[in-house]
Amino acid sequence: MALDDRKSDFKFVGTRPDRPDGLDKVTGRAKFGADAHAPGMLHGAILRSPHAHARIVKIDASKAEAHQDVKAVITRADFSDKVPFKPGLEGEFWNVLENVMAGEKALYDGHAVAAVAATSALAARDALKLIEVEYEVLPHVTDVDKAMAPDAPVIREGAADYSVPEGMHPNVVRYHESGHGDVETGFAEADLVIEDSFVTEATHQGYIEPHACLASLGNDGKGELWCCTQGHWIVQKTCSALLGMETSNLRVTASEIGGGFGGKTTVFIEPVALALSRKANRPVKVVMNRSEVFRATGPTSSASMDVKIGMKKDGTITAAEGIFRLQGGAFPGAPGDMTAMCGFAPYNLTNVRQVGYDVMANRPKQAAYRAPGAPMGAFAVESVIDELCNKLGLDPIDVRLKNAAHEGTKASYGPRYERIGLVETLEAAKAHPHYAAPLKPGQGRGIACGFWFNHGGETSVSLALSEDGSAQLMVGTPDIGGSRASMALMAAEVLGIPYENIRVTVADTATLGYNDVSHGSRVTYASGLATIKAAHNAVEKLCERAAAKWGIPVDAVKWEDGCAVPSGPNAGDFDPMPLADITANMGSTGGPISGHFEATPEGAGVSFGTHIVDAEVDPETGKTAVTRYTVIQDAGKAIHPAYVEGQYQGGAVQGIGWALNEEYIYGEDGRLQNSIFLDYRIPVASDLPMIDTVIVEVPNPGHPFGVRGVGETGIVPPLAAIANAVSNAAGVRMRQLPMSPPRILAALRDNG
Amino acid sequence: MDYHSPASFAEASALAANATGITRFLAGGTDVLVQLRADIVTPDTLIDIKKIGGVRDIARNADGSWTLGVAVTGAEMSEHPELGRDWPGLVEAMDLIGSTQVQGRATLTGNLCNASPAADSVPAMIAAGVTVTVTGPGGDRVVAVEDIPTAPGRTSLGRGELISAVHVPARGRNAGDAYLRFIPRTEMDIAVVGCGVNLRLDGDTIAEARVSLGAVAPTVLLVEDCAEAIIGTALDDAALDKLAAAASAACNPIDDKRGTIEFRTEVAGVLAKRAAKIAYARAKGEQA
Amino acid sequence: MSKIHVSTTVNGDTVEYLCDPRETLLDCLRDRLNLTGAKEGCGTGDCGACSVTVDGRLVCSCLMLGAEAEGRQIETVEGMADGEELHPLQKKFIEYAALQCGVCTPGVLVAAKALLEKNPDPTEEETRYWLAGNLCRCTGYDKIIRAVMDTAAEMREAS
Repeated sequence: MALDDRKSDFKFVGTRPDRPDGLDKVTGRAKFGADAHAPGMLHGAILRSPHAHARIVKIDASKAEAHQDVKAVITRADFSDKVPFKPGLEGEFWNVLENVMAGEKALYDGHAVAAVAATSALAARDALKLIEVEYEVLPHVTDVDKAMAPDAPVIREGAADYSVPEGMHPNVVRYHESGHGDVETGFAEADLVIEDSFVTEATHQGYIEPHACLASLGNDGKGELWCCTQGHWIVQKTCSALLGMETSNLRVTASEIGGGFGGKTTVFIEPVALALSRKANRPVKVVMNRSEVFRATGPTSSASMDVKIGMKKDGTITAAEGIFRLQGGAFPGAPGDMTAMCGFAPYNLTNVRQVGYDVMANRPKQAAYRAPGAPMGAFAVESVIDELCNKLGLDPIDVRLKNAAHEGTKASYGPRYERIGLVETLEAAKAHPHYAAPLKPGQGRGIACGFWFNHGGETSVSLALSEDGSAQLMVGTPDIGGSRASMALMAAEVLGIPYENIRVTVADTATLGYNDVSHGSRVTYASGLATIKAAHNAVEKLCERAAAKWGIPVDAVKWEDGCAVPSGPNAGDFDPMPLADITANMGSTGGPISGHFEATPEGAGVSFGTHIVDAEVDPETGKTAVTRYTVIQDAGKAIHPAYVEGQYQGGAVQGIGWALNEEYIYGEDGRLQNSIFLDYRIPVASDLPMIDTVIVEVPNPGHPFGVRGVGETGIVPPLAAIANAVSNAAGVRMRQLPMSPPRILAALRDNG
Repeated sequence: MDYHSPASFAEASALAANATGITRFLAGGTDVLVQLRADIVTPDTLIDIKKIGGVRDIARNADGSWTLGVAVTGAEMSEHPELGRDWPGLVEAMDLIGSTQVQGRATLTGNLCNASPAADSVPAMIAAGVTVTVTGPGGDRVVAVEDIPTAPGRTSLGRGELISAVHVPARGRNAGDAYLRFIPRTEMDIAVVGCGVNLRLDGDTIAEARVSLGAVAPTVLLVEDCAEAIIGTALDDAALDKLAAAASAACNPIDDKRGTIEFRTEVAGVLAKRAAKIAYARAKGEQA
Repeated sequence: MSKIHVSTTVNGDTVEYLCDPRETLLDCLRDRLNLTGAKEGCGTGDCGACSVTVDGRLVCSCLMLGAEAEGRQIETVEGMADGEELHPLQKKFIEYAALQCGVCTPGVLVAAKALLEKNPDPTEEETRYWLAGNLCRCTGYDKIIRAVMDTAAEMREAS
C-alpha cells in the first residue's frame, strides 16, 4: 500500500485530550452489554454440565416446558445441522457450535447442554432445575502432558489436521515446526548449554464485565443482536451460520465493552439467545454470572515447555531450541504455533528450532488472551537466558543487546524484520534509573524481553462531513480502551479541524462494511490507518470543490491546516478556503462529501518491549511483593500517550497476576475449583506499586504516522521478568507458574 | 423464600422455631447473599435481625467489658474510638475480612455463624475469650465462641436459637492481643492460615496466654500447647521456637485450592511467632 | 411467592418498587429503577463494580437485598454529579485516562468519593487498600490511584 502520506510532524497526534466517551463512562450513562432492555423481553439461562467428560444420554425438559413462566427451552437440536465438522481449525464454526451447545458429549465442567427463556431472570434460573439430564460419565483429562500420553482418554477422534505427525495421540490436533541453521552444531560451539522444563497454568482474561447480550429474532427471519464483543462482524457471521440464517439478515450492534483482552473475540451466549428468541418469538436477554465466565468462556492455554540454549562466555547465543506443548480445552486452537514462533523472536540467531503442539483436554475452549501463546514461551526462554547470564556472570541487558534482533535480522520464525525497536527498548532500560537503583536485602531484579507480531486485518471506515464543518467518523472496531480518542486525533490531524469537532461512532454491522475483531493490537494501527485514508479521501474531494470554485486544476490545490490553499505561487492567488466554507454549500457544489477506506492493511509492524522488575520474597512464607516495575516498549508512534501508557500498565499487571497467583485449579473430578474472583486471584490495588512506563518511538514503516499496536506486547515479558526477579530474590530458579507462596516455600525447602 | 424483619430476638426465635425448611438469619448478609446467589443455599425463611433494637450498639460496661450488638459491622468496630485501643487484635481481625464495601456490612456474629474454619474474626475472638448470648425457645444462655462452630458450616445452635449479643472481656492492664493471617495477595482473600494471640504480662514474663489457629483444622483451634510454650517466658527465641513447633504440631489441615498441608503447617508456626511478638509489644505498651 | 413493596430514597429521589425477596439491591436498582450505572461483575462482593452508599456507608449492592433498602438513603454513580457539574473525581478520571473500558469506573468513583469524604488526605497506601475491593483489569490501577490522590489534593486546596 502506498504510504505517500507519511507524516512525522504533528499538531494533534501525541496530545492527551479527554476521551469522547469520557462523560458517559464516569456518570453511569454508558450502555454495556447487560444494560439493554427491550419491550416484552424474556430472560435466558443456560444449563451446564457438572462433568468434565460425559455422554449426554437423555435430556428431559418436559417439566421446564410445562412451567407457566417458561417460554422456550432449547438444546443442540435447535441449531443449524448444516455446519460441517472438519479437522483442526478448518471446522471452526462446528467447533464454536459444539462449544456453545454440547452435542453428543459434554466436554468440560461448565459446557452448555440446554437453555431456557422465562419471564424473569429468577424464573429462568429456577427453570434450569426442572431440566433432567442423564449423563454417562467418561474418563477425563485436564493436564497437557497427561492428555498427550498414550493412555489418555480421547476427546474427539478425527480432530487432528494434516500437520500432526503419525503416531501421536488423537488429542494432539495441530503441529508446528520452524527455524533455521543447525542447532546441534550451535550447541557444540557453546561454552555453556542449559536445558530446562517449564510449566504455566491456564489463566483467564478476567474482564470485569461478564458476557451479556439481548437478541431478537422474529419469524420474518430478521434478527437484531446487542452484545458486548470485540468484533460484531464475526458475531454476525458466526451466529448466522450457527442458526442457518443469511448473514445480512442479522444486524449486530456492539455495546460498550467492559474489557475483553481477547476473550470477547468469539461467541458463547449470543447464538443461544438468538435460538431462544426464535423459539419464543420474543426478545431474550442472556447475562452470564461470574462463575459461568470462568467455567465456560475461554481462558488461555496451559503450557508445558522444554527450552535449551547454548551461549558463549561472551554472551553470544550459539543455538536455541524449544518444545512448546499447549493445552487449549476440548477443541483445536491452542496457540502452540504462536508460542513457538514468538519465544526466540527477539534474538538474532544463527541456529534455532522450535516446535509447537496444540493439545485438547477436558477444559473450556481456550480463547485469545493478549498476545496469545507468547507470554508462556517468553517465560521459558527468558528464564533460561537469565540462568545463563547468572552462571556466566554476564549482565542480562548486555547479553540481550548482544543478541538482539534488528532491521534485516532473519526472525526465528522466518521473515526478515523491517525497522524494529528492540535495541532501543534495551538501551532505554539500561539507561533507566530503575536499572541502577540499589536493591534491599531479600529483593531481586528481573529483566525480560517480549515480542508480538501485531495484526492488520479487514477494515472499513467511513467519514462524513457535515454542513457546519464538523465530521462524523464511523469505525467498526469496538472501543476497548480509548480508541475513539485516538481515531479522532488522527482524523483531526488530516482534516485540520479541532479534535472536539469529530464525533466517533462504533457503527453496527448494517451501517458499515466488514471489520475484523478488535484484536491483534490492530485498532490504532488498522482502524487508524483506515481513518487517515478515509480522511485523505475526503480531503481530495474538498480540494476538488475548491479547485472548481477557483477555476484551477485540482492538482494546483493542496490541504493545509484545515484549509484548501493554492499549491504554489503559480497556482493562483486565492485566500485559504476553510473546510467549513466548502461544506457549507456542498449540497449545491456536488453533493455530500464523505471519505471511505475499505481494505486489509498488512504493514502492522512487529513490536518489542523490555521490562524491569524488582521483587521481594518473604523466606518464611514464600509470599512475593513486586516492589518496583518499569515497562519500556516501542509504540512506533503514540497517538494518545496516556492510553498507550495505560496499555503498558494494564499488560504488566495482568502479567503480575499470571506470574504470582492466577491459575485454573481443577479437582480430581475435573471440576474447576475456583470459579469466583475470591479464589481466582487477580491483582488488587493494594498488591501493586505504580507501574512506570517509557514509550519508545521507532516508527512503523507500514503506517502513515508510524503506529505500531501496543495492546499485547506488554503482557509478553512480565511472566519471565517477574520469575527472574523472584528467582534472583529467593536464590532458587522458579520454573512453574504461578509462583504461589506454597510453591515458593516448597522450592526454598527443596533447595535447603 | 419468605423475608421477615422481626422487632425482637424473642420474635426472631419464634419465627425460626416455627419455620419449615431451611431457615437463615440475615445480619450483614455477606455470606448469606453469596450462598443465595450461587444457589448453594436458598433459605425458605430469611429472618433479618437488623430491625431489632440495640443490634448496632457498641457499649462498654461498668466492669470494663464490652457488649456488641449482633449487627455491628466491621467498619463500625474499626471506627469506634475506644474498642480498638482495648482489643486491637480483635478489631484488626474483623477488619481483614473482605473489602471496604464488605466491611460496611459484615458482622462478627455472621462470621462466627458461617462456621468457616478460615473465618478471620473467630481466632481473635477465641484468643480474647469472647462469649455470646444465645437466645432460643428455652431462653438465653451464654456460650464461649469456641463452642459455637462444630464443623465446617455447622454450629451448636439448636432449632430456633440465634446469637443475640457478643461479650468481650475487660482488657485489664499489661495485656495485648494480635491476629495475623496469611493470604497470597494483600487483600480480598480467605485466610490460608490465621493465628490469634492474647496474653497478659507480669513484668516481662507472660502470665496468661491464649493462642488460637484458623484454617488448619475443621474448626478454629484453641491450642493449649501454644499457650504453655510461652507462659512463664519473656518470649525469648527458645519460647518462640517452642510456640512455633506447638502451633505446627496442632495443625490438622487439608490440601485445597488455597494451600497445601505442608504450607499451612509450616506457616502456622511462622504466624504464631509473629502474632505473639505483636501481642507482647502491645502488652508492654510499646506498640499500638 | 408474593413480592415485597419497598419505599426508599435513591440519589435524593423518593422511589418505590416491588421486588422478589431474593432480588438484591443491585437487581432492583438496575431492573426495577433502570439505574444501570452500578454493574454486576461478580455477584459475590469480590469486584466492587456494584458499589453504592447506603446511609452514607459504602457497600456492594449485590450483597444487600432489595427488601433491606426500605427507608434508607441510597447514592449511586448517577447521583454523583451536581447537575451539569461533574464531581471533581469524575473530571479527574477523564483528564488522567484513569479508565479504559469503563465498566469498573462507576464503582471505583463511588468508592473513591466515600474515601475522600472520610479521609480528605489519604496516603497512597490508604488509597490502595480502600480501593482493594474494586477490581480493575485494564489499568493496573496506576492512573486510578493518581487520579484519586490528585483529586484529594485539589479538593483540599479548594476548601
